[in-house]
Amino acid sequence: MASGIKDKVAILGMGCSKFGERWDVSPDDLMVEAYIEALDDAGIEPNQLDAAWFSHHIDDIGAGKGGTPMSIALRLPNISVTRVENYCASGSEAFRGAVYAVAAGAADIAIALGMEKLKDTGYGGLPATNYGTFGPQIGPSGSAPGNFAQLASAYRAKHGVSAEDMKRAIAHVSVKSHANGAKNPKAHLQKEVTEEQVLNAPMIAEPLGLFDCCGVSDGAAAAIVTTPEIAKSLGKDNLISVKALQLSVSNGLESHHNTWDGSYFHTVRIAAKKAYAEAGITNPREEVSMMEVHDCFSVTELVTMEDLFISEEGQAVKDVMDGFYDADGQVPCQIDGGLKCFGHPIGASGLRMLYEMYLQLQGRADKRQLKNPSIGLTHNLGGQPANNVCSVAIIGSL
Amino acid sequence: MTEVGISSIVGYIPKLRLLRKSVAESNAWLAPNLMGKGKGTRSMANWDEDSVTMSVEAARRLLGPEDDRSHVDNLFLASTTMPFADRLNSGIVRAALTLEETTQCTDISSTLKCGTTALINAISSVQSAKSSYSLVLAADKRKSRVGSSQELDFGDASAAIAVSNKDIIARVIATSSISVDFVDHFRGPNEEFDYNWEERWIRDEGYLKIIPKLINNLLEENDINASEISKFILPCIFPRVPQTISKICGIDPENVVDNLALNVGDTGSTHPLLMLTNVLENSNPNEKILVCSFGGGGDAILLETTDLIKNLKNDESVANLLDNGVEETNYMKYLTFNDLVKWEKGMRGEIDRKTALTTLYRHNDAIIGLVGGKCEKTGTIQFPASRISVSPNSPDIDTQEPYKLAEKKANILSWSADYLSFSVNPPNYYGIVSFKEGGRIMMDFTDVGEGEIESGKDVKMVFRVKAIDEARGFTRYFWKAVPI
Repeated sequence: MASGIKDKVAILGMGCSKFGERWDVSPDDLMVEAYIEALDDAGIEPNQLDAAWFSHHIDDIGAGKGGTPMSIALRLPNISVTRVENYCASGSEAFRGAVYAVAAGAADIAIALGMEKLKDTGYGGLPATNYGTFGPQIGPSGSAPGNFAQLASAYRAKHGVSAEDMKRAIAHVSVKSHANGAKNPKAHLQKEVTEEQVLNAPMIAEPLGLFDCCGVSDGAAAAIVTTPEIAKSLGKDNLISVKALQLSVSNGLESHHNTWDGSYFHTVRIAAKKAYAEAGITNPREEVSMMEVHDCFSVTELVTMEDLFISEEGQAVKDVMDGFYDADGQVPCQIDGGLKCFGHPIGASGLRMLYEMYLQLQGRADKRQLKNPSIGLTHNLGGQPANNVCSVAIIGSL
Repeated sequence: MTEVGISSIVGYIPKLRLLRKSVAESNAWLAPNLMGKGKGTRSMANWDEDSVTMSVEAARRLLGPEDDRSHVDNLFLASTTMPFADRLNSGIVRAALTLEETTQCTDISSTLKCGTTALINAISSVQSAKSSYSLVLAADKRKSRVGSSQELDFGDASAAIAVSNKDIIARVIATSSISVDFVDHFRGPNEEFDYNWEERWIRDEGYLKIIPKLINNLLEENDINASEISKFILPCIFPRVPQTISKICGIDPENVVDNLALNVGDTGSTHPLLMLTNVLENSNPNEKILVCSFGGGGDAILLETTDLIKNLKNDESVANLLDNGVEETNYMKYLTFNDLVKWEKGMRGEIDRKTALTTLYRHNDAIIGLVGGKCEKTGTIQFPASRISVSPNSPDIDTQEPYKLAEKKANILSWSADYLSFSVNPPNYYGIVSFKEGGRIMMDFTDVGEGEIESGKDVKMVFRVKAIDEARGFTRYFWKAVPI
């Protein structure tokens, strides 16, 4: 059995651009912004980088295909740049590549950078795209909110939750994230909202209203990783190491086989179990200090609380309403505002989640700083409930 | 000679009925003369229905839910509004119905009498023993200019008729046709709308001269007395013209049947067959029924009901379809559905809908026929079929047999009503539909009324337009779910 990634790789430095409607900057500028911060944080020179991973989802309105956009924007020293794309989990995928390269000894120091420039689309929300030549001939010409909204109908049917109770619980999820985002100067949305505002917002895809949907943003985030030994040799202390990196990908069971009931994420449960095992966590509700989950929509966050085994099955509505995941709750979730308010530049999001966990673990999260966190979990999901890619990463103090 | 006749017949009328008053009032400033036509309703196809999809729907109602449809020897599709000028439209219908590839498919078009012409062709085919079961389908969804009388007169519908040499409910006594190049209206090859000549001329020189000649030819050639005819079917938008013709020909004017104008409108090439459906659904044995059509001349078909007519009990008879329509008062919706106004589709509507024809062909059974796969080892049913089974504990390779899903029972697992993505008829309803025997599909819903959708609710499959590639003139079809 594989020995796992636990404590084999440390984070040397991280950077994250301001997320939002960055009308005045280019994809290159976003990459540079995250890169410079990460490089400064790591305290290294560009020529110390051995390899790079670049996550970017929608190339036709972003930087284009391949590894060259990152190499050119950052003037990297002709090192390998591997472009990865795995839906909205692309950022975590880039991180995985860099971490594994270091763990394998193929690179001493590697960088993962994710970037997305969504606000060149011309309209709000994610761009409408085709997905191969067969899919569009049978699949609905839907949207991300329409796909994720279906969780609510299936969850309600399974657990006997009324439409009103569900709507109120997911509203609480968004109210909490807005309160957190208001304390984050890099967040796209920095304004608190009330439950009434959320409940009365225009409908996007039933039952998701405008405030149930995350920000669609421009942004970039980066992580520089190395071995704990090299990090120490570079004078680093207070090291944050990777405890677990797991990725689970749908194989069609949810979308083609009648055993899945539509109310949860099959892949999340698999990735979470593997990640806890890899990190040596046996009681996640007690041991995980904080989380950044893929709250593309409020209902996604709600059901994810159960899929990560923090809330018991059928109890997420109660835990959410009890404030269990609020900033002052037992397991604060989306302390940086989450996708909801920090924003969701797709290729950057997985790295942005790690950025917040990294800052929190190092005690550098300013107004958002939690008290003595030791384990941070990121959950980064791509695709849609019936067909997706799920990354669960755990980092913590070494 | 073997007796040949109709063995089954059924109609399909789209659910929506546009209130003519709403049309007439909206256009009164422009066309005050049409206010008098603002009575009743006309049938209005959903945006995702066309002549092919309506034909498929009528045919499914005729053929029933059985998988085995190998008894269909040939298929005649009649329409003046074929979606494709050069792609076998009846071939799309055949594939959707999962009929055998050896089913002879023929498109019949270019005149409003093509519905009856298709019926005559089917009759000839069975009479000549080339077929023992021929399927006749007629459908029309005609466009009309805003503010025109056609907008109020027309309706959308389809009909399906089985012509056979057994189980006959109405035997064929005789058929007759004449061809006259009388151009009451025409539609050029690249035109959306008809160009119409003066109605009085059409009535006096067209209907009142051509149809009596046609009927008299048929009666004289077959030595039949007009007084024997108990029901006379002639689609005609001009009031009292069928009665006048009946008098000219010696048919009792009381035997002129209702033309469904008040609720449905004139459904083009379908109309004589739709009227015939309604007549046969309300007939007794031994009734002589004369069906006529007008267009480039005319067709006449004389039928006589048999004792088996009592067995004709359609689940959705024309009377039921008339009763179960949903009134649509929003004229703008009609205009939008039919692309008669330049409406704002938004940037999301700009997505390229180019269809990879290679992909369509590779997956033709799945896309057009809704055929999935059933693992012969585990019995797992899935859509689409794949070389490796989706069965979680038994990923068997190359074990799947074709499995038809279109007629299988299904219900809703999950759904949403999406106001963000592009839809001609927002909100865009879609979700996962699970088939009770196995298999599921994330698919569009259609014909959804307010509050009609919920997890667990039963649905039926319908063959509909998936998308229209306006840049290339290609219509993409797939199946959708309708809550029932």
